[in-house]
Amino acid sequence: MERRTIFSDRLLPILLVLPQLAITIVFFLWPTGQAIWLSLTRADPFGIRVQFVGLENFWDLFADPLYTATVLRSIFFCALVAAISLGLAMLLAVAADREIAFRRFYRIFLIWPYAIAPAVAAVLWILLLHPQIGLIGRWLNALGLGWDYKINGGQAMLVVILASAWKEISYNFIFLLAGLQSISASVVEAARMDGARGFFRFRTVTLPLLMPTVFFLLVVNLVYAAFDTFGTIWAMTSGGPGKATETLVIKVYRDGIVNQDIGSSSAQSVVLMIGVIALTALQFRFLGRRSGGE
Amino acid sequence: MPFLVLENLHKNFGSVPVLHGIDLAMEAGEMLVIVGASGCGKSTLLRLIAGLEVPSGGRILLDGHDVARLDPAERDIAMVFQNYALYPHMTVFDNMAYGLRIRGLSRPEIQTRVDDAASLLGLSSLLQRKPRQLSGGQRQRVAMGRAIVRNPKLFLFDEPLSNLDAKLRVQMRAEIRRLQRRMGVTSLYVTHDQVEAMTLGDRLLVLHQGRTVQLATPMEVFEHPANTYVAGFIGAPAMNFLPGVLSHQGTAVTLGNGLVLPFADGRRAGDDGRALSIGIRPEHVVLSPEGLPFQIDLVEPLGSETVLIGRLNGSEPFSVKLTSGTPAQEDVLVTIPPAQIHIFDNESGLRLDP
Repeated sequence: MERRTIFSDRLLPILLVLPQLAITIVFFLWPTGQAIWLSLTRADPFGIRVQFVGLENFWDLFADPLYTATVLRSIFFCALVAAISLGLAMLLAVAADREIAFRRFYRIFLIWPYAIAPAVAAVLWILLLHPQIGLIGRWLNALGLGWDYKINGGQAMLVVILASAWKEISYNFIFLLAGLQSISASVVEAARMDGARGFFRFRTVTLPLLMPTVFFLLVVNLVYAAFDTFGTIWAMTSGGPGKATETLVIKVYRDGIVNQDIGSSSAQSVVLMIGVIALTALQFRFLGRRSGGE
Repeated sequence: MPFLVLENLHKNFGSVPVLHGIDLAMEAGEMLVIVGASGCGKSTLLRLIAGLEVPSGGRILLDGHDVARLDPAERDIAMVFQNYALYPHMTVFDNMAYGLRIRGLSRPEIQTRVDDAASLLGLSSLLQRKPRQLSGGQRQRVAMGRAIVRNPKLFLFDEPLSNLDAKLRVQMRAEIRRLQRRMGVTSLYVTHDQVEAMTLGDRLLVLHQGRTVQLATPMEVFEHPANTYVAGFIGAPAMNFLPGVLSHQGTAVTLGNGLVLPFADGRRAGDDGRALSIGIRPEHVVLSPEGLPFQIDLVEPLGSETVLIGRLNGSEPFSVKLTSGTPAQEDVLVTIPPAQIHIFDNESGLRLDP
C-alpha cells in the first residue's frame, strides 16, 4: 500500500513544490522554449532583425554534409568513449571486488577522477600528451612516432576520447562495484561448484546479473559523451585541428556563440534535446520493465 | 581405503582459529551429518571440503587424491546451499544443465540427465520456469536437481532445509534421505537441527568450538554422549544435569540433597568426593508416590506427550517428559532410575564410563 499524505487545502502543497517548480521553469523550461522559438527564426548577427522561417533551419541542417559528418563523428566518439570507459571500469571493478590487499585504498583512488572538473582533467592530459612539453608526448616523439595531436586529426580524436573516457571511469566503477557486490555470493559459489571458471563464469553468471546496471550506465555514458565532454574537448583541441574533434555540442557552441548563427545553433540544440529525450525514455522503459514486471 | 579422509584439517580466519584439526574417515555411500550450534565451524568445514575456502593446514583426501589445494571445478563435488543459490536469470532446465554443459556433455545426454532428475524430483512440468516463479520447496528441489544431474563424487548440504516451513521441512528431509540412499552418493550434511541430524545421518559428527566432540551413530550419540555439551545438545527437551559427588568407593553418586544413586553398570575411577555432573533425560524421569519433590512451573502439552518444566528440590531447573497423563497438582514426587543416568566429570564435562 502506497503511503499518501492528504492535504486539507491546496495552498500548502503548491507552496511546498514551488521552489523546485521555479528552478525547473527558470533553468529548464524557459531556455528550452527559447531554444525551440529561436530554432524557428533567422536573425542577423546583431539581433536587430529577427524573421520567422518555420522549419527552414532544420531542412538546411539536414541537407548540410558538414552536419552529417559531425553527427557520424559524434556517434563514433560517443561509442568509443562509452565502450572504453565501461570496459576499463568493469575490469577495475571486478579486480577491486576480489579479496586483495589494500582494496579500500584502490577503491578510493579509483573514485578520485570523478571529482575533477572537465577542464582540469583536460589540462592534466595536455601536460601528459603535449608534443613538446608533455611527458608521454615527448617520449612518443623520441620513439619517432611523429606525435602531434595539434596537427594530426586522428591523434586528436584519440586524445579527446582517452581523456573523456578516463573521466567517466570512476562513475562507472562505483556503479559496477556496487552492482557486483549486490550479486549473491552464493550464486557465484554455486557456479564455482558447477565447475565454471574465470571469464566463462563472469560471462554466464556475473555479467547477466549485472546487465541492468550495465544498461543504465550505457545510457548515462552516451549522454555524458554527447554533452558533458564539451569542457574536455574545448580545452584540449577546441574541436580541431580543422573539424577533426568537432562533436555536436562543439558545433552548437561554435555556430551559435562563435559564429553568431543563432537560428541554426538553436535548431541543432533542439535535435540534440530530442536525442536525449529518446535515450532517457528508452532507459526508463527498460528499467521500469525490469523492476515492475518481475 | 576410506572414500573421504580429513587429516588434521585446520582453518584460521586471520589470527582467529575456527577449526582446530579435524580428522574424519568416511566410507563410500555414507551419509554423515555435521551438527553443532552456530559458530562452531560446521559451515567452514563444509566449505573447505567444497573448495570454497582454502585450509590453513591439513589434508583432504577424496577417492585417494589430495584435493585440499584444488579449485572446486577439479573436485567433482556438488553442493546444495541454504538459500538455494539458483541462477536467477536461467530457467530450471538451464540451472540443472549448466554444470553438464561445462563438462562438455552432448546435447541429448544433457537432455536425458535433466529429464531423469526432473521426474525424480517432480519438476518435469516446471523446466521452463525461472526460479522467481517457483515456491520455496520447488526451488529447494531445483537446487537438489542441480546437484544430482552431475552425478558427483560427493554431495554437500549446507543447512538446505532451514529456509522452509516446518511441514515442508519434514517432507524434504525424508526425500533427501530417500534420494541419497537410492543414488548411493557419499554425503555430508550440515545442520543445527538435531531432528535432521538424528534422522538423516548414518553417523553424526558433533562439532563444538572448532573441535570434534563426538563422532558416532545417532543412537550412540544419544545413548552415550561423550560430554555434557553433546548430552545437552542432542535430545529435546534437553537433558537435566544435577551436581553430585562420587561415593561408596566409586560405586554410587550422592546428590546434593543426600539422595544416593548406585551405579547400575560398575564403579567409576577416582576417590570418593570427586565432583560429578549427573545427566538424566526428561523422558526417563518417572512420577512416583515417593521420591524427590518437583515443583511444576509450566506444562507443555504436545499431544502425544507432555513436557513439565519446573524445579527439583525447590532450586534445580528440571524438566520431565510424560507419554501419558498430566498431573493435576503443581507439586509432585519424581524418582530417577539409576540405570538411566549419565555420569560426567564436573570439571571437564567428559563422560565417565566404568
